[in-house]
Amino acid sequence: MSVLSPPFATPAPATVRTGGLARLHEWVVTVDHKRLGVMYVVAGLAFFVIAGLEASVIRWQLAVAGNSVVSPQVFNRLFTVHGTTMVFMVGIPIVFGFANYLVPLMIGARDLAFPRLNAFGFWAFLFGGLLLYFSFLGGDGLYGAGSAPDVGWFAYAPLTERAFSPGNSTDYWNLSILVMGFGTVATSINLIATTLVMRCRGMSLGRMPLYVWMMLVVSGMTVLALPPLSAAQIMLLLDRFLGAHFFDTQAGGSAVMWQHFFWFFGHPEVYILMVPGFAMVSEIIPVFSRKVIFGYPMVVAASLAIGFLAMTVWAHHMFAVGMGAPLNSAFAASTMLISVPTGIKIFNWVATMYGGRIRFATPMLFACGFLFQFLCAGLTGIMLSVVPFNWQLTDSYFVVAHFHFVLVGGLIFTVFGAIYYWFPKVTGRLLSERLGRWHFWLFVVGFNLTFLPLHWAGMLGMPRRIYTYPADRGWDLWNLIASLGVPFQAAAVVVFLINVGISLRRGQRAGDDPWDAWTLEWATASPPPPYNFETAPVVASRRPLWDLKHPDDPDGPHE
Amino acid sequence: MGRRSRRDAAIAGGTYAMIPIRTPSIFAPASTPAFAIRELSFLVLALVMFIFVVVAGLTVYAIVRFRRRPGDDGREPPQVYGSTQIELAWTLVPFLIVVVLFLTTTRYIFAIETRARAANALEVTVVGNQWWWEIRYPALGIVTANELHVPVSDPAEPRPTFITLQSADVIHSFWIPQLAGKTDVIPGKTNRMWIDPRTPGTYVGQCAEFCGVQHAGMLLTVTVHPKEEFARWVAAQQAAAVDVPEARAGRDVFTSVACVNCHTVRGTPANGVFGPDLTHLMSRATLGAGVAPNTPKNLRAWVNDPASLKPGALMPAMKVSGDELDRLVAYLVTLR
Amino acid sequence: MSSRGRVGMICLITAEASLFAVFVVAYLYDLGKSLSGPSPGEVLSVPVLGTICLLSSSVTVALAVRALGRGAVRRSGAWLLATVLLAIAFLTGTATEWFRLITREGLTICPNLFGMTFYALVGLHASHVVVGLVMLALISVFAWSRALRPSHAERVELVSWYWHFVDAVWVVVLTVVYVIGR
Repeated sequence: MSVLSPPFATPAPATVRTGGLARLHEWVVTVDHKRLGVMYVVAGLAFFVIAGLEASVIRWQLAVAGNSVVSPQVFNRLFTVHGTTMVFMVGIPIVFGFANYLVPLMIGARDLAFPRLNAFGFWAFLFGGLLLYFSFLGGDGLYGAGSAPDVGWFAYAPLTERAFSPGNSTDYWNLSILVMGFGTVATSINLIATTLVMRCRGMSLGRMPLYVWMMLVVSGMTVLALPPLSAAQIMLLLDRFLGAHFFDTQAGGSAVMWQHFFWFFGHPEVYILMVPGFAMVSEIIPVFSRKVIFGYPMVVAASLAIGFLAMTVWAHHMFAVGMGAPLNSAFAASTMLISVPTGIKIFNWVATMYGGRIRFATPMLFACGFLFQFLCAGLTGIMLSVVPFNWQLTDSYFVVAHFHFVLVGGLIFTVFGAIYYWFPKVTGRLLSERLGRWHFWLFVVGFNLTFLPLHWAGMLGMPRRIYTYPADRGWDLWNLIASLGVPFQAAAVVVFLINVGISLRRGQRAGDDPWDAWTLEWATASPPPPYNFETAPVVASRRPLWDLKHPDDPDGPHE
Repeated sequence: MGRRSRRDAAIAGGTYAMIPIRTPSIFAPASTPAFAIRELSFLVLALVMFIFVVVAGLTVYAIVRFRRRPGDDGREPPQVYGSTQIELAWTLVPFLIVVVLFLTTTRYIFAIETRARAANALEVTVVGNQWWWEIRYPALGIVTANELHVPVSDPAEPRPTFITLQSADVIHSFWIPQLAGKTDVIPGKTNRMWIDPRTPGTYVGQCAEFCGVQHAGMLLTVTVHPKEEFARWVAAQQAAAVDVPEARAGRDVFTSVACVNCHTVRGTPANGVFGPDLTHLMSRATLGAGVAPNTPKNLRAWVNDPASLKPGALMPAMKVSGDELDRLVAYLVTLR
Repeated sequence: MSSRGRVGMICLITAEASLFAVFVVAYLYDLGKSLSGPSPGEVLSVPVLGTICLLSSSVTVALAVRALGRGAVRRSGAWLLATVLLAIAFLTGTATEWFRLITREGLTICPNLFGMTFYALVGLHASHVVVGLVMLALISVFAWSRALRPSHAERVELVSWYWHFVDAVWVVVLTVVYVIGR
């Protein structure tokens, strides 16, 4: 039987400093994981809106052939900054922000292992992000989008060398990501130390929530995969400022080497972005299906396998580079192999729903949307792993569609679901279900309207990163449909922001455990007190609150 | 016509009639690598659709069958913690599928990549530049730009074209979807690919690796000629530049205004190599690698200020005044 | 692995190892590919003295940790000081080697791939030595000012782990650059 401190009311704070400036100061100097988590997610959502606006201009420009909404220079800056922002300033901060907030609560801890390092991580991200956006003010200023980088989010050499990218736009890309990268590694180290050392009594590794397991895998991948990017970026800095020739092909350097180093980071990076989404739905689906996750040990094993295999597939981004048949085959093998543990997880989630009593609250709606869309994304990924087919599809809109299905249809959907799920814990109030349903359906319609046709445009030969296209290629209709999806997605985000705004003030009070869930974060107040738990919890199974609520049939003997 | 070519012609006209003929669809192949890829893609698409139907179907079933009904008593359903047999099965089956898919894929990889060079193959070197394509036929002594001309490769009498890819500056990618998969064009690395187009016609493509401001303006056409027609094209291209006495005044402008620093016109002293070879400029259908049709009016606009047609183009505005410009253009239009 | 600090330092070392690995890969990949300029065999000589100093410093720092664990704060401070001096000796050796390479042999980061990868890899290592040196110097100051206490033994041990890692990287750099590469 688990002995758990029952939920309690929030005690009054010891000192109350009122006034806006005092409250702002509190947030600025905080080292509390919950506050930092909120700051990460809020900042990430702010960048999400900005990057979404950039994407809207891109889709406006591409809606018809031969359009001239923006010049090619501005377009190239737009897609570069859109991609860079979404990966480094939306995806990363949001997933690590959630982990920041949830991991200590889920393992019954007081905070992360290194609270000051945690704060450092946040501010490194924020300042790095601001540095990237400061680039818009350089050069010609906002006209022509200033000195914003225009080399694509993966910045292939030698386009990034001084000879082909004069001025400082590439340096903004380089330095801002370098700075943000340090913060991300710091946070990952923090999460690993926290998870391995600070679990409450009774919580062996085999009793951790799946969310914590997957964030552990993500943090491990980050520690291994982010430094290679930093290394490549240092090399690029040496090339651009000290006359080195790492990637300068005219002096014997290697353009392909940049690609290898970048993608050695870049591929794990996309798993670093997506696995937290898996982690979120692994908590949401069981609760809203009213069933324990089907096959917990296999889900853990699959997550570990994904973490390991993700480090072995990087050159599948380089099948058209001419690495030779043996290497192409090897990377095809590893890429196809990684689809197995990924597929397994989908089966585990569906099997959890099977035989359940599914309640379609907004978090579950987003989780279901994720299931279908991520299935598509995974299958288009398998298509891309077939190397000769890849030779047609890579660098075309097919790939653009594929990775947006992964990162928007997958990650963003799970993030929205997670926000609806954990918002009550963070704020003490529920988000409106009615607005949530509008948000969901508008986004599903808009997202699919935009990204489904782009698969076909790619198959019709449309390459990516082009600011316009000829009218006689047969791509017009698909691009127009894709652009028509934008207003729906924009409306969805507006509805979401309104929902947040209204619910913060007038949302229904949530109490400790509005969803009747089973993990430790629901065993304390909403919002939790600064120290999280009045007494350190002791657990005896994977679902401590299930044990509390079902003393006649606890989880322990079944595990 | 053999059975296969009739089928291909029928496909081109019939089933794919909904795709306008200039659409470079990967499902309208005209050359062996593209055919092989389409064949493989049908297998993959079938597999992927099968998986989608099964998994999505099960998910829909679960959503519909196990949703909470209005009269639900609020009890928790039976908690099922897992099943070793089921989990083993759904690990093994995908793994086997992956093995089969991998073996098939590898077979196609090697078949396409390690194809031996035929003795009678046409050799072409394509050099990617920002933002145009230089096309050289080393054995034939031809240098042209942006339009690749090759002989048809009848399956009964194959004559493939082997293309060597090099870059003068940054990474580009050579992609004509109907003829083959794309191959990157990388500075410091020489890549090779091959095509054997079976049906005469014009096939379009463009650069497929972001290479700077006018990446979108780096279009490609491959014109596939029947045997005799190709021989005629070669002969015409091999000839030195046409010398029309009335246009000599323009040729003097050409020489004096530094055009010769970048451009070659064979048969004249002009032998610059930074820009496209202009010896048979008027034999090309477009200017600026596809951004505008090759008409005297556009040519005039281009020479006056390339950025007016292709913003960001590396050719500087030559700042040639009205009269001189007229003479220059009058000369250029004689370079058939 | 029962303390946060230990896990944290192991993770940091892993991240750093990943960083160095990429520079080592670049060095090995570019070996022999220089288009011009001095080659490794022509200009490099194994820095024996520097290596001895650096590897000995691992011994001295280990002794410092052991002494602190036993409560001998002053002795620990002495061993730390020895470590700092040995590190300075190593860095001096690197500095003189670079001075010779730059002024006499004309090897800089610009002319060829060898110079570029050499200075990048050895320089990255040297920068990590400097960081470790600063930390160890600070701790030895604390030892002498008696702010250091036996209860700090674990923290000092973690810093010594970082130092051992830096030395291990040197062994790799030595092998790759001065043995294999030459």
